[in-house]
Amino acid sequence: MKYACLAPIIRKTNIAKGIWDMEILCPDAAREAVPGQFVDILAEGYTLRRPISICGIDRDKGTLRIVFEVRGKGTAVIAQKEVGSSLDIIAPLGHGFDLLDTDKRAVIIGGGIGTPPMVPLAQHYGANASVIFGFRDARAVILKEDIERTGADMILCTDDGTAGRKGFVTDALDEVLKALRPDIIYACGPMVMLRRIAERAAKDDIRCQISLEERMACGVGACLGCACVTKQDDKTVYKHVCKNGPVFDAKEVVFA
Amino acid sequence: MSATSVTFAGIDFKNPIVPASGTFGYGHEYEELYPLSRLGGISVKGTTGKLRPGNLPPRIAETPSGMLNSVGLQNPGIDAFIRDELPYLKTKDTVVIANIAGSDENEYREIAEKLDATDVDMIEVNISCPNVKAGGAAFGVSCEGAAQITRIVRSVTSKPVMMKLSPNVTSIADIAKACEAEGADAVSLINTLLGMRIDIRTRRPILHNNVGGLSGPAVFPVAVRMVWQVANAVKIPVCGMGGVSTWEDAVEMMLAGASLIQVGAAIFTDPLAPVKIIEGLEEYTKRENISLTDIVGKVQPW
Repeated sequence: MKYACLAPIIRKTNIAKGIWDMEILCPDAAREAVPGQFVDILAEGYTLRRPISICGIDRDKGTLRIVFEVRGKGTAVIAQKEVGSSLDIIAPLGHGFDLLDTDKRAVIIGGGIGTPPMVPLAQHYGANASVIFGFRDARAVILKEDIERTGADMILCTDDGTAGRKGFVTDALDEVLKALRPDIIYACGPMVMLRRIAERAAKDDIRCQISLEERMACGVGACLGCACVTKQDDKTVYKHVCKNGPVFDAKEVVFA
Repeated sequence: MSATSVTFAGIDFKNPIVPASGTFGYGHEYEELYPLSRLGGISVKGTTGKLRPGNLPPRIAETPSGMLNSVGLQNPGIDAFIRDELPYLKTKDTVVIANIAGSDENEYREIAEKLDATDVDMIEVNISCPNVKAGGAAFGVSCEGAAQITRIVRSVTSKPVMMKLSPNVTSIADIAKACEAEGADAVSLINTLLGMRIDIRTRRPILHNNVGGLSGPAVFPVAVRMVWQVANAVKIPVCGMGGVSTWEDAVEMMLAGASLIQVGAAIFTDPLAPVKIIEGLEEYTKRENISLTDIVGKVQPW
């Protein structure tokens, strides 16, 4: 079930340059949301809503947490909204991550602004998770404390080594996989990163789910705009990021 | 008859608001937000003879006050529509308009024949899709092509036939007249305007198809003008669409000559747009103490 509503902003924080953290009150959507789903937000004055992944679900408070980057004028309009005003949202949307039992071992990988949807996964698996997250540099690092609080093993990477270790998340993944064999790998981030992770998971025959993005119109699966190339029984099939995804099994995704 | 009901091409609509083909799927996705029975009708996703996979992504680009799409008629084909979607839609107490497209005359004929044997209420014939290579818009840009497809569909069905016209032509009124002369029961317009956006960093078009169809508020004045021209050129009813986002837009389109209205891109901005437009029209007719049929074509040109 999805809901269209005006969700009051009850907390808003600027957590890095151009990156905003908001908690919005939407009890119906919060009750049904699962990790990996997204919220489609109206940017007043723009035709198309902005899909933003869910970074936190608090069913008791009836809130969803969203962390997003100002990428253009539309996200800037959303970022300018103040506490007390409301976001016009449709949520929860999309097909989220498959969650295994909490005693299973998960490797959770976030690249840059792909990190927010990984936080609820880290909370689910807690100490049985290894979280690898990477950023350009120390100033771009977000959600470190949130991930620390989950009790997961944590490897922070930056391209320039100004925070955590220097290098890419894919290097850290290679290292983690030498030490353990997870039941599942989850990843969200740039396509080149996802491609490398998908290849690595396939090589070791480890289940892998990745969260994709694509230019989107309706957000609910009606317009067929946000196509993603997948393969099914060796046939190419266009699935849709907003409804079949954003989370896909890595082995079905055809990387361009 | 309520103040918002209209009769269009012999079919009764409880109100004139119909989600436009391609923006509403087969209704499932929006049914969670409001009952489909609230709508005058639904023009369902364009259907071809066989499954069509659609175009490579990206298929969507935002534009000032609008958007481009190049979905390319992705659909499961007419047999799947009739088997999997139509029976369910027919239980929803709303007018079901099938929307069909073909790459040649035979495909149009085959689909229309199949639909004639169903209980679909009306057939909208897309001769104006800008996003497929063969057929589609090719038929809609000449009077001969439009007439030919109208004739073929007319010859195989007794259902009301509504020809969906392309705005990418020199004289849309002449194309409408050509459809009328071959027995079309109605025309709908406008399909999208052909457009293009380029990413200045990559120097690549944003759409993988390079070009796509422009819709949204940006096209509204063009649509009003074309509806007005067509309504003045033909006697058959006109279904107006193109950038309608508010009840005021719907009234404006009706004054221009439309007796039925399709709402498309506005649904992406606000999925509740069709219902809000219907509510606005209900209040308008009450306030003005009129029926919507009273205002069709009642613009008083200078």
